[in-house]
Amino acid sequence: MSKKVIATTSLAGCFGCHMSFLDIDERILDLVELVEFNKSPIDDIKVFTKPVDIGIIEGGCCNSENIEILKSFRENCKVLVSLGECAIMGGLPALRNGIPIEECLAEAYLDGPTVGENKEGILPNDPELPMLLDKVYPCHEIVKIDYFLPGCAPDADLIWNALVALVTGNEMDLPYEVIKFD
Amino acid sequence: MSKKITIEPVTRVEGHGKVTIKLNDAGEVTDSRLHIVEFRGFERFVQGRPYWEAPVLVQRLCGICPVSHHLAAAKALDVIVGAGTGDGLTAVGDKMRRLMHYGQFFQSHVLHFFHLSSPDFLFGFDGDPVTRNIIGVIQENRDLAIQGVMMRKYGQEVIKHTAGKKVHGTGAIPGGINKNLSIAERDILLNGADPLNADKMVEWSIGALEFFKGYHKANVKTVDGFANFPSNHLSLVREDGAFDIYNGVLRAVDTNGNRILNDVDCQDYDKYIEEEVRNWSYMKFPYLKSLGKEKGWYRVGPLARLNVCDFIPTPLAQKEFEEFKAYTHGKPNGMSLHYHWARLIEVLHSAEMIRDLLNDPDLQNDDLVVKGEKLYKGVGVIEAPRGTLFHHYEINKDDQITLANLIVSTTNNNQPMNTAVNLTAKSFMNGQKEITEGMMNAVEVAIRAYDPCLSCATHAMGQMPLEMTLINEKDEIIDRKNK
Repeated sequence: MSKKVIATTSLAGCFGCHMSFLDIDERILDLVELVEFNKSPIDDIKVFTKPVDIGIIEGGCCNSENIEILKSFRENCKVLVSLGECAIMGGLPALRNGIPIEECLAEAYLDGPTVGENKEGILPNDPELPMLLDKVYPCHEIVKIDYFLPGCAPDADLIWNALVALVTGNEMDLPYEVIKFD
Repeated sequence: MSKKITIEPVTRVEGHGKVTIKLNDAGEVTDSRLHIVEFRGFERFVQGRPYWEAPVLVQRLCGICPVSHHLAAAKALDVIVGAGTGDGLTAVGDKMRRLMHYGQFFQSHVLHFFHLSSPDFLFGFDGDPVTRNIIGVIQENRDLAIQGVMMRKYGQEVIKHTAGKKVHGTGAIPGGINKNLSIAERDILLNGADPLNADKMVEWSIGALEFFKGYHKANVKTVDGFANFPSNHLSLVREDGAFDIYNGVLRAVDTNGNRILNDVDCQDYDKYIEEEVRNWSYMKFPYLKSLGKEKGWYRVGPLARLNVCDFIPTPLAQKEFEEFKAYTHGKPNGMSLHYHWARLIEVLHSAEMIRDLLNDPDLQNDDLVVKGEKLYKGVGVIEAPRGTLFHHYEINKDDQITLANLIVSTTNNNQPMNTAVNLTAKSFMNGQKEITEGMMNAVEVAIRAYDPCLSCATHAMGQMPLEMTLINEKDEIIDRKNK
């Protein structure tokens, strides 16, 4: 059996889901026997080089770059998984959704107690920076998502069980203990 | 430039770091920038939330060192609930938090060294990018990879038993903690089956340090000469000058070791530190007010901590500290790759501290929380793995947060990382017609030494995604590459 190909990314998340992925600990030694990594922060493959079986998305979409990457994952992955609360429903960053983005920027760059003199009202606006979106969007509002794995962060056993099931084609066995969190 | 190459990115690379380098017609680097491209707005959107939510909300800034944010927020809220400014907790409260913090230092530093940096040392800065990652390490040097995986696992287990879970736990609450350490938990961590016990972690920490020192010995010129520049250094220290990552006073030294911030109270941090906004990065540029924007920037993190403190209060790490200090004749060390050396000394210190704390019967006490007269402002400062971390909250009479100010560790290293990028770009790219992968990785190696948590994210899994653009004087793109 040829190895299944997987890809991962972190959009507007905190990397905690990737950390929980790493909490599979020594099972990572089994994982590299089971799958091959394509585009992912764990390697140097920055552009999809072949069709991917399973794409794993951490984080929601807060800027134009997140949208581009998410769409490229949908185009290149047969199965797409939203991993964790931010991908599933925007998560904590979506707390900004009820607040005008101008107020968030003003608090950080104009009004904060340690902001030095900024008479010209400089805000980050260089063309090199991606455009902020009006809101933080969950991934399934941008593209079709096939599976949702909850948690903040999802339990390492949840990630492992789900991934092994997807790779081997078996049914997922996800008892309550690995789905609940906090 | 006789040649004009454009390699368009097929997609924007994931992650949050981006470097641009400008060259003039003679092919010399004239400007370089490390852009941080993500913005989330925590300072504004926590306003209106009840203050006790802060330790669990704000740690979601970062899944790599959530304990740092969890503890810095809890320390600020200790002040607000009248539990004092750092030394007011019960013995079990103070020591459980410290154990949690050392567990985090251990796992975060180990992750950085083994998963992220060891591929550079094993395969070379210009090694094959296909294998220059943790999977390559697993395949090439399985024993080293297993050590890294198991050491990180141990640190995460310490966090689980103190904070309740490995990522985004709940252990610290305003005025104390919500659980102590049971005898059963203590025994698992102290005497667990090999290799997951405290003694083995000390032993392996010494091994990791020896690995790096051996690399240093064999590559003195590279390790010492790479992105070597003078700067100020800032860190928390215990009041007697000892290395302390959880509580103390703020101290800064200049490039000659003279005190430029003399053990000041953390509650007054905003009297001494200010931040500059530049339009090309979401990350601000902090500096010491007394010296101004140009001269007041400073380094933080492992190198800065060892440059600032007087001694390390555990015997094995102290011995290593003395060797480290002797290397620069007691003067502050400005060599970027020596961050790795300093970081591994901290790994050893963390392992020693974890072992000592586990043997402390105070961890089984039941007086978990202290409360006093409520105040309306609190500042919490700790040393996160990547450097000094400031949390500042103010509340109203309804217990809602009205102000939050966060200066995170990597922000403090903003100017130093930009300086390191600039020096490395000049030394590797001046006069070159084409950017090679090896040159780009050299720039990454410089950034990576600082273990940046760019928007709390991208450095974690071994390769920091970078997009590099070379631009000539007419602002035309000469070359663009992703890695």
